[in-house]
Amino acid sequence: MKLTSKDILGMKDLSVDEIELILETAESFMEISTREIKKVPTLRGKTVVNLFFEPSTRTRTSFEIAAKRLSADTVNISSTTSSVVKGETIIDTARNLEAMNPDIIVVRHNCSGAPRLLAGLVKQSVINAGDGAHEHPTQALLDIMTVRQKKKRVEGLKVVIVGDIAHSRVARSNIYGLTKMGARVTVSGPSVMMPRDVDKMGVDVQYDMKEALRGADIVMMLRIQTERQEMSLFPSLREYANYYCLNREKLRYAKDDVIVMHPGPVNRGVEISSDIADGPFSVILNQVTNGVAVRMALLYLLAGSEVRNEQSAVEGGKNR
Amino acid sequence: MSKRKVVMDAEGIDRALTRIAYEILEKNKGVENLALVGIRTGGVFLARRIAEKISQIEGKEVPLGILDITLYRDDLRKNRKKPLIGKTDIPFSLDDRKVVLIDDVLFTGRTVRAAMDALIDFGRPKAIQLAVLVDRGHRELPIRADFVGKNLPSSLWEDVSVNLTENKGKDEVVIEEEGKSDTA
Repeated sequence: MKLTSKDILGMKDLSVDEIELILETAESFMEISTREIKKVPTLRGKTVVNLFFEPSTRTRTSFEIAAKRLSADTVNISSTTSSVVKGETIIDTARNLEAMNPDIIVVRHNCSGAPRLLAGLVKQSVINAGDGAHEHPTQALLDIMTVRQKKKRVEGLKVVIVGDIAHSRVARSNIYGLTKMGARVTVSGPSVMMPRDVDKMGVDVQYDMKEALRGADIVMMLRIQTERQEMSLFPSLREYANYYCLNREKLRYAKDDVIVMHPGPVNRGVEISSDIADGPFSVILNQVTNGVAVRMALLYLLAGSEVRNEQSAVEGGKNR
Repeated sequence: MSKRKVVMDAEGIDRALTRIAYEILEKNKGVENLALVGIRTGGVFLARRIAEKISQIEGKEVPLGILDITLYRDDLRKNRKKPLIGKTDIPFSLDDRKVVLIDDVLFTGRTVRAAMDALIDFGRPKAIQLAVLVDRGHRELPIRADFVGKNLPSSLWEDVSVNLTENKGKDEVVIEEEGKSDTA
């Protein structure tokens, strides 16, 4: 079993078998982060470039830690420090990076489809770390991993995703991934935040959050992206919170053993109340821990995959 | 069809493991500060059996760990198809312990090299010893085993497989000509 593509661009492209392979590999990597010496020599000599055209702390740090625990060298390029501000196009940036011969390029961009454009231009593996309102596959993978750890399965679970579904790449990737894995997904949020094609996504839509939460195994809260709110989809944060903030009263409608997830960073009191974010149902910090393991798994599975026509003479297990 | 020869049967394997258990105890003068670490996957089954024998002989439990050496292999960069990674589980400190690494077949020695590198990432063992069920020769690194179940001179065109009840339903060591076996 191996990944079919040299790149990880979205959950839409991944098969169930590939998702399983990534998650199984990630589970095995969990142990490395608990060691005293948190490093294995697997990707020694490989270079991972983190190319971030959008601000990010969690995802970029997570990729960097993942690469370093596998002994790869990492280079971080963020839009504020790069030649993007000097007017270079992403295509030129990509060609120049390629000329320096890295092995994996991790890219985040505010334009949907930018990672795919890049992947077609360079021979290196490209990992999408979030593109516009399109996809954020590593977030969905770590979310599914967290669900599997807590619930021992994904199939048949009721997952409720609440917030700005239309503009959320986290929601989109999770919807693709979770429905592939057999979960029943319900989305909830103000009607202005529902994607136009929501009825084609294979999910249930329930505008009343309490109704949506009824019988939920998993609740995924989305961050209200205040930085993307210039179009002003609702009158005030307070009004939004009244209807869609996850608090103790609303959570009562979910199952007793519900788990609450959030991709971070949390706007306390807007989409989730503090007592829930820090409470016993919250697995927000497990998600962060799993994120490192998932990204290690992807780097491991992709590294060297641009090399074709080079088969090792020694196949797995024979090398005693 | 290839020539397939059973070189050790279930009883032979059991006797060899019993002898190895006694030799480990003799060399280390008991179980104090001793730990067994099986190399995935064949070595893990053998380590469990040896641990059981040691506890029967001495009446004391010996700590048992599991090591997956995939991440320490020296041929990863050549493989497009990545080997699956198993879980490593060493639930005790290795510092100042005498660690007996256990594997089914000793061949090139590269697996043992990787295993030693991995162990040293977990701590500083007082000593590392090596126990194998079969030593088939053809070393590519300066490595030798401390405890050997059976020395089995083989040609490079032959395949040596250790089949165990735990994974193959039957205990036997088989030698056959290359390319006909589904195990390795």
